[in-house]
Amino acid sequence: MLREYLKLGALALLVLAAFLGLHNEYLFNVLTMVGLQVLVVIGLSLLMGYAGQVSLGHAAFYGLGAYVSAILSVRYGVSPLWGLLGAQGLTLLLAFLVGLPTLRLRGHYLALATLGLGVIVEIFFKEAVGLTGGPSGLVGIPPFTVGSLAFLSFHQTFLLTWSLVLLALVVSLHLIHSPWGRALLALHDSEPALRSLGYSIHRLKMGVFLFSVALATLAGSLYAHFVTFISPYSFTFLHSIEFVTMVVVGGIASLWGAVTGAVFLALLPELLTRFEDYEVAIFGIILIMVMIYSPEGLIAGLEKRIWPYVRSWFTGIPFYGSGPKRSER
Amino acid sequence: MRNWLAIFLGGLLFLWGSLGQAKKPYRIGALFSVTGPTSFIGDPEKKTLEMLVEEVNRAGGINGHPVEAIIYDTQGEETLTVQKFMRLVTQDRVLAVIGPSRTGTSLAVAPLAERYRVPLISCAAGIRIVEPVRPYVFKVAQSDRLAVKKIYGYLKAHGLTRVGILTVSNGFGQSGRQELKRLAPQYGITIVADELFGPKDTDMKPQLIRIRKAKAQAVICWGTNPGPAIVARNMRELGMTQKLIMSHGVASRRFIELAGKAAEGIILPAGKLIVAHELPDTDPQKPLLLSYIKRYKARYGVEPSSFGGHAYDAFLLLKKALAQAGADRKAIRDALENMKGVRGIHGIFNMSPQDHNGLSEREAFVLVEIRGGDFHLLKE
Amino acid sequence: MILELLFSGLVNGAIYALIALGFMIIYSATGVINFAQGEFVMVGAMLTAWLAGRGWPLLLVLPLALAGATLTGILTERFTIRPAREASPLTLIIITIGVSILLKGVAMLLWGKEPLPASPFWAGPPLSFFKAALPRQGLLVLGTSALVFVVVAAFFRYTLWGKAMRACAYNRFGARILGINLSGLTCLAFGISAALSGLAGTVIAPLVFASYDMGTMLGLKGFSAAVFGGLGSAGGALLGGFILGILEALAAGYLSSAYKDAIAFILLLVVLFLRPEGLLSPEKMEKL
Repeated sequence: MLREYLKLGALALLVLAAFLGLHNEYLFNVLTMVGLQVLVVIGLSLLMGYAGQVSLGHAAFYGLGAYVSAILSVRYGVSPLWGLLGAQGLTLLLAFLVGLPTLRLRGHYLALATLGLGVIVEIFFKEAVGLTGGPSGLVGIPPFTVGSLAFLSFHQTFLLTWSLVLLALVVSLHLIHSPWGRALLALHDSEPALRSLGYSIHRLKMGVFLFSVALATLAGSLYAHFVTFISPYSFTFLHSIEFVTMVVVGGIASLWGAVTGAVFLALLPELLTRFEDYEVAIFGIILIMVMIYSPEGLIAGLEKRIWPYVRSWFTGIPFYGSGPKRSER
Repeated sequence: MRNWLAIFLGGLLFLWGSLGQAKKPYRIGALFSVTGPTSFIGDPEKKTLEMLVEEVNRAGGINGHPVEAIIYDTQGEETLTVQKFMRLVTQDRVLAVIGPSRTGTSLAVAPLAERYRVPLISCAAGIRIVEPVRPYVFKVAQSDRLAVKKIYGYLKAHGLTRVGILTVSNGFGQSGRQELKRLAPQYGITIVADELFGPKDTDMKPQLIRIRKAKAQAVICWGTNPGPAIVARNMRELGMTQKLIMSHGVASRRFIELAGKAAEGIILPAGKLIVAHELPDTDPQKPLLLSYIKRYKARYGVEPSSFGGHAYDAFLLLKKALAQAGADRKAIRDALENMKGVRGIHGIFNMSPQDHNGLSEREAFVLVEIRGGDFHLLKE
Repeated sequence: MILELLFSGLVNGAIYALIALGFMIIYSATGVINFAQGEFVMVGAMLTAWLAGRGWPLLLVLPLALAGATLTGILTERFTIRPAREASPLTLIIITIGVSILLKGVAMLLWGKEPLPASPFWAGPPLSFFKAALPRQGLLVLGTSALVFVVVAAFFRYTLWGKAMRACAYNRFGARILGINLSGLTCLAFGISAALSGLAGTVIAPLVFASYDMGTMLGLKGFSAAVFGGLGSAGGALLGGFILGILEALAAGYLSSAYKDAIAFILLLVVLFLRPEGLLSPEKMEKL
């Protein structure tokens, strides 16, 4: 846990240094968007790595967060903070209804149900023109405000987003290291044992699912207020797939890996743009390669191959020698 | 001592003058959906802009200033468009931005253009981009409303008053559907069936069967390839003989290739570009249209599409504004707003503080008919 | 009106059924949900439109397009599924997503982003049947798929490989113990599955044109049909496909065309909530 806090502290310092030291709105815009994706991926990583369930519809929850927030503030004049809470209430209810029958079953039924829900929600965004503005989108969403504090520039949204990322990480790390989290990890090994210890598997899975949906919804609400315009094309099935890919490339049972995966994949298109039309194909190849040769994730894979060498150089330095290895966790 | 100072200052002045010979370039930005599902819009736009910038620089630039265009690909996606816009404005520090290509992406960056006070000349059709007017946001593409007026004028003249509409559920179809429904009463037209189809739908027969059942005299289909071509074929397959009218979304030869024989007899409003050769010589835009086609063909080997024309018009306006205003965003905006009588590819632009599109129904569209596998100007 | 709607629904249903069958075959043999299934359809359609567009005779185009799709399936298995065969199902699923992205990207590079036209194999005015117009290409689609369904059924029932595949679907581990060559079986499954989807692509190319991104929605709908019928059952896949096609046509004809595309996914949710084993699957789900 100490190690985790050291990492958290390092990340917090990095965020603060960027906030104070950089004066580039473009960079802050990119980092804000990456931060929002990291929020979604943190939740999805918990769901996939610790509850062993996949959601193929997280872009829909992200989109519902954005749309409910936007509709409440544009059409009903609700303040952004209350709009955000309204979005949480609605999506959590929906997620609960979807999770209730499917999480009881062994196998990937949640994945199938969220896939279906995701596409239905996408169609709803497009067709309910009177409410959502239809395919051409919803304009005039007010910027995010809390009381008299307004988040106008991307400089400010960057700080808010990454503070929330840090908060989400703290909560998630505590979950993982709590008896509750250890119980979840045990889910993979022995369910009867877990049941005999008095844990309800269904309830545990549901808890993680709802937590991940809440994070995705939060990120969506913020997205709507930051960009001030939304359209259905930002919340499609392919975006859901992208979120899952981020988790998997980072490493399923590793929160930090997932965060790195999100940052890596969010910036990858930026690196690939010079390849123009080849970009899509290259993206596909990278995904396949990572999955075949390093199914534990890109980060963990690199770590496994490169870390031992680095480690051997540092033997004798107290901090690096001690503590459990990742693989032992 | 004083002499030395005079010589030094004189030398500085001389240096200043000689530096002025190679004037600082005017840097402009552009956002086009070069890849992704709407690449058919962004790709010709990018090619046109690159061609024009090269031509201007070869001719000595604008008032001696060379033009530097930074073009980014938006993939037609809003989040990415916002990012690229931020990059153009805060990092590349461009004087003005041409694009984006889609209505959605244009609406996404419009508030930012206001916030950073950067003139934006959108190449998308949606009327919401300039209505209500935002000081820094302009657009060059014809609004769908003008196309609808053309179609309804034709229907009214031919006594076809019961129509069924079939629109695609994306931004283009939604805007068309709104205008079709809004303007119908003005022309005494009744919409007897209002049907939708998805952009990736494979079969529109159920919708057409409904339209036929509602006893429509004409069918208006609003979409971009390939949907409308499927509609044309489906109508043949069902043996329907109602007049089929399409939107300017399919005003490209690709549509005729896709629909094949089913395209014969279809009427649609289109920019003048595709029938430039058939225009009367009195048409004020004809020389420009023919010259654009010739230059584009010489450079890229294919005919330009109407989308490339939007980039042409945007650059034309910006070039004039830069010539008048120089390197000052506010002055460029003022110049754009007061553009009068500029002959472009898609019409004659008369901007005003109330109208940031500046096109009129008369020049923006002509009605064309598909006959013998090609577009022909329909005499009115 | 009802007759024409039903016919339109049947034709679409046949296509969904072919795709659903493809999902079911790969799922039976490997336990993998293949998200590149829609792209196999795209490859079939693209090859058909491209070759026919170059003026090649139909008799040459059809086998070549089918062979191309089949080869795509086999190569997918050889180069992406096989090297990772020890991995978890989730990893394999992500790999198929990667394959789908790759195929889309390559198709875009090879054939461009604009849709390609193809003319109907059987041209001519629609046939009239009780005053309803039945398009010829539609009849062709129905006829071909009926034939294919019979062949596939016979394959599963009477051939050794077919029986092995059924055994594998029932119990993968047990099948291995009995000496069934799982590696060959997986390869065969991808080949057959891609061939069926490629066939779907070939026959619809003249109806809907071919474009590099046509596969995603078709794949998702075919997948919904497969789950609706029960992922492990061929009869279920067929039934699911046809029910979906007919419901879509009826909904678009009588209710609203706006939400037509949602029907496949509403069916998916309904079946997951009420009868997760699928319509025709005999096995009971294990509850926690």
